[in-house]
This record gives sequence, structure tokens and C-alpha cells, in this order.
Amino acid sequence: MNSREHILSKIKAIPRDEKPLPKIPDFSFEGDLAEKFTQSIQFNKGEIVGAGDLAGIIAQNKFKKILSLVSSFEALANTELPADSHQLKDLDLAIIEGQFGVAENAAIWLTDENMGLRALPFITEHLVIVLKKNSLVTNMHEAYKKISLAHSGFGLFIAGPSKTADIEQSLVIGAHGAKSLRVVLM
Amino acid sequence: MNHPQEATEFLKDAANAKWHDDTLWFVRDKRDKVSKSVPEWEKLRNLASDIKDNVLANLETYLVEFEKNAKANNIHVHWAKDAAEHNQIVLGILNEHRCKAIVKSKSILTEECHLNPFLEKNGVEVVDTDLGERIVQFLNQPPSHIVLPAIHLKKMAISDIFHEKLQTEKGNDDPYYLTQAARKHLREKFLAAKVAITGVNFGVAETGEFVVCTNEGNADMGVHLADVHIACMGIEKIIPKREHLGVFLRLLARSATGQSITNYNSHFRSPSPGKEIHIVLVDNGRTEQLAREKFRNSLKCIRCGACMNTCPIYRRSGGFSYGSTVPGPIGSILSPGIDLQKHSSLPFASTLCGSCSDVCPVKINIHEQLYEWRQEITKAQGTNAKSISMSIANGIFAVPFAYKLSASMMRGALKILPESITYSGLNTWGKQRDLPELPKETFKDWYKKNRK
Repeated sequence: MNSREHILSKIKAIPRDEKPLPKIPDFSFEGDLAEKFTQSIQFNKGEIVGAGDLAGIIAQNKFKKILSLVSSFEALANTELPADSHQLKDLDLAIIEGQFGVAENAAIWLTDENMGLRALPFITEHLVIVLKKNSLVTNMHEAYKKISLAHSGFGLFIAGPSKTADIEQSLVIGAHGAKSLRVVLM
Repeated sequence: MNHPQEATEFLKDAANAKWHDDTLWFVRDKRDKVSKSVPEWEKLRNLASDIKDNVLANLETYLVEFEKNAKANNIHVHWAKDAAEHNQIVLGILNEHRCKAIVKSKSILTEECHLNPFLEKNGVEVVDTDLGERIVQFLNQPPSHIVLPAIHLKKMAISDIFHEKLQTEKGNDDPYYLTQAARKHLREKFLAAKVAITGVNFGVAETGEFVVCTNEGNADMGVHLADVHIACMGIEKIIPKREHLGVFLRLLARSATGQSITNYNSHFRSPSPGKEIHIVLVDNGRTEQLAREKFRNSLKCIRCGACMNTCPIYRRSGGFSYGSTVPGPIGSILSPGIDLQKHSSLPFASTLCGSCSDVCPVKINIHEQLYEWRQEITKAQGTNAKSISMSIANGIFAVPFAYKLSASMMRGALKILPESITYSGLNTWGKQRDLPELPKETFKDWYKKNRK
């Protein structure tokens, strides 16, 4: 008997009572979702910026290598998506589009088509996500309803910049992934 | 391993013990604040618990469904009945790709299987990429907490080891400076690795996908730059449907660190073109625990660590005092199932106050299971010091006359007996505990006088 059969038959042999799967109630709430989303992303150490602020942010931070997968921001970009993720290692800024955001925790849903290369939102030093205000949902239950069973090889809920508190519980922004997350709510 | 002995060691450095206690309480406090901001929090805990009940009742069905869907998505699925087989499967994949260096994000399962020493013995360099795990790896230590692996260390100790391993400035213990040094060091490792290993937070039967949650982004930096991703998953990590992720992702980070969600929640469903994803489904004692009806619920655990942060014993004895991969209250009900002899002292490392059960996001009755293990262990071992003193107490409380008599006797005796006897080895509870000051009269005497 191989290990698969061994494990499955061992489980089958254990007498257990049937336990029904619960239904998830509607936990959505009323309110200004953009305001709630803004609070949530600040809590996660991200920030909301205006579309018009990006050029200034780029100049101020002296970002050199900039990539945009959002057509309306292509004027700010100076590099194209490479064939291999490793070539993104010196990327200063990536501008990508999010599919929708979740007000309760500022999680933004991305799939392969938003990232181009899966490494992009992680390896870039800084990240900007462009998000439509009317795409916001209240909570994670609404979020999964929206995604439904749509197929994507890779999907990501991203909710802030890379961070760690592994040294004496001191919060440090910029562990291995992007050192900042700015969201443009359109 | 003997928890009281190890805890005694930990408590010798009183200042450090106090700091450890305070730091974990701070995390518990954050969890309280954020959980109270969700009106349906208790409903979510009930839902999560009910979903996991359903999983455990139908585990074989969900595993088969998960396998079928994962395979349809071009994921390679492997089954391992124990740690040795798990390690062999991982090594086999590495050999196939002639890989001699890997990056690995946090995975408690691979700790449980002792994968790192096994791979190193076979000539593979393993780099743990979670910052806390890299720190303890440099020090040749295991993690002392499942979410905060280096919580037992002060920043100067981290500064010292980074100075030695990463040539940082001697004496610079600024957390930002040290983190940036680790970022630079690990970036080289990420860019060079051909194979990356991760754990799994949730496997979804309905879609065959699995979800990995991190704050640092280290799991993703590893797998998206590598050609091959190996995900190691305990069989109990299955959930039935994608919509159930909504329930668990709302609970996990809030319970773990007081965040509303981890910053990166990655859903892996099929590999990028030209790349490979392998998933290793591991039993390693889980089916035995499933068969123990009283302890079955322990398999609901989503590894948030909330029970550790709240536990008065964990906070005051440190993760290493448990001598098990998963320390703290949940570890103390999981570990005896793996090796009862080795971990027999763990169910006694509890006040049975129930705080662990109160904070558990999947409502595991942890303190009740600790009590159950005590019964099992006492049966298996016969008597030990604690059970002798406890059984004396049981005898006294069982017979009212004996209690009345002994109450006045003990009040006299406690005054006379030197501490060396009251706090003798026979009385395990006397260690680290002070007796309350004795009232002048018994309650019974007081009642007689005042309620005539």
C-alpha cells in the first residue's frame, strides 16, 4: 500500500459523526467605504496618494527605474516588463492596477494579469497600486464572492508594504518586499 | 524534557523573564483591541470552528478533491506518512533539479520534520528567509514561538550575531539598520535560489489552490524567483471552499499579531509557464490524533500563536522550556500525541485558567484537553510528585471530617513548618509560588461567631 492509500484508509477507519458545513451570514456594513479603506491602509502603514502626486513623489525620492503596467501612467515609466523576473532586481518603482479593494483591511486583489511577472509587486523597491473607488467592497466575505471561482494561476491579497517586527517587536517597514505601498484611489 | 526544570532556568534571569512576559502581553493586548473592532468576532470564531469540524469529519474526501483539482492545475501532489518520507520526497525533488541551495520561508511542519538538518546532512544549504527564523538559524537555535521565532532574543544579541555573520557595525542594535542588513543579505539568496520551500496556511479542496500568508513577503520573493516551489502541508490544513478563506483570513492575523490581515496573502493555483509547483501532504501523527476523540479538536489549529501570547506559563517560561516544535498551550496538547513519554510534563505546564481557549480563533477547548492529557498521563505513568500531593488533597476534600480536621492542623503546620518542607520537591505547586497569608480563623469558625 502506498502512502496515499495508507493515509486515506487510516482516516476512513476512524468513526466520526457527520458535521454540517455552516452557511456564512451576510456581514456587510453600511458606510463610506473609501474612508474606511483609507483608515485601514494607514493602519497597515500604506498610504493614499492622488494621481497628480506621483510625478512629485518620483522626483523627490529620486526613483530611477520605473515600470508602469497602467496605461494612463505610462508617461512616468522608463522601462518595460523584462522576460525574466531577476532583471527586476534594480527596479525602483512599479505602478500596477488592482482589481478591487476591501474596506475592512485594505487588502487589494491582484492576479497574474495585473502583475505581468509574479515577482513584480515584491521585488520592486516601491509599489503604487491604482484602484477604482467604486471597486471597494466591505469585507473579505464580499471579496471572495466577487472573486468567486474565477481562475488565476496566482492571486494575491496585498494590504501594505513589506514589514517585520521580529527584532524586539519593533515595527520595521521594508523587510524583503516593497518598502512602501501607495494607493491611488480613482 | 522537563518543563519545570527548563522554566526554572528561564526564570533565573528575572529581568529578561519580565521583559518576555510584557512583550507577549503587548501582542495579546493588540489582538484584543483589533478583535473588538469586529462586531461579528464571536460569530466568526463559531463559523471557523464549525468549518473545521466539517473538515475533520470528511478529511479523506476533501484531501482527494484537493489532490484532483491541484493535479488538474499542473501541481505535483506527493503524500508522506511521516517526517522521514516527507524529507525524502523533498530531497528527491532537489536531486532531480541538481539543487544544492534552497531558500525556505516559515513552515512549522518542516521544523516538526527536522528538514533542515536532514538536508544539510545531504549537502544542501538551507537559508531560512523569515527574519526571525534567519536570526535563530544563525544562532543554531529552533524558533521559540511559531509566529515570532526570535521573541526570546534582545536586540543586542541579534546585533552581535549579525556583526559576526553579516559584518554589521559592532554594537549597532537599531532594528531598522539590522533589518536592512538582512534584506541585502537575503536578496542575494533569493536571486540565486533555484528551489524555494514554503509552508501552507490553507489548502482549498474546491479549487486545489493553497494560500500562504506573510508580512515580510519572503515566501513570495523565494518562490517567484525560483524555478521550483515545494509547499509542505499538514493534511489538517485543508478547508472545503474558497469562500471559507474569508472567515479564516479575517481571524488569523487579528489573532496572531493584532493586524487586520497579513500584508501578503498569496493564492497559488498553478505554476507560471516553465516552472513547477510541488505540494507534499504530510500525516506524521495527525491521523493518530484524529482517532483520539478527546483530542481531535486540536487539529483545528491555524497556528496563530494567540494561546502562547496569552498563557501566563508560556509568557513566564519561554518557548524553549517546552522542548517541542509547537510550544505553549496548543503544543502541549499536540506534542503528547506524538511522544507521550518525552512530552509528559507539558500538560502540567498550565494553570488551566482557560485563557488559551478564550482567545483561540477556532475555539479549541485547549485547557480542557490539557486536563484530559493529565488524566491519560497519570494513568500511563502511575504516580508522580504532583499527583501524590494532588491525591492527598483529593482525599481531604472527599471526606468533610478530614477537611475540617486538617484545616486547623494545616493552619498550625504552615506557621511552624520551615519553607524547606512547604516548598519541598514533593509539592510541585509550591515552586515559584508564595502561600497567601493565613487568616486568624477558619471560615467555619468565623461563620459560627457571626451568623448565630
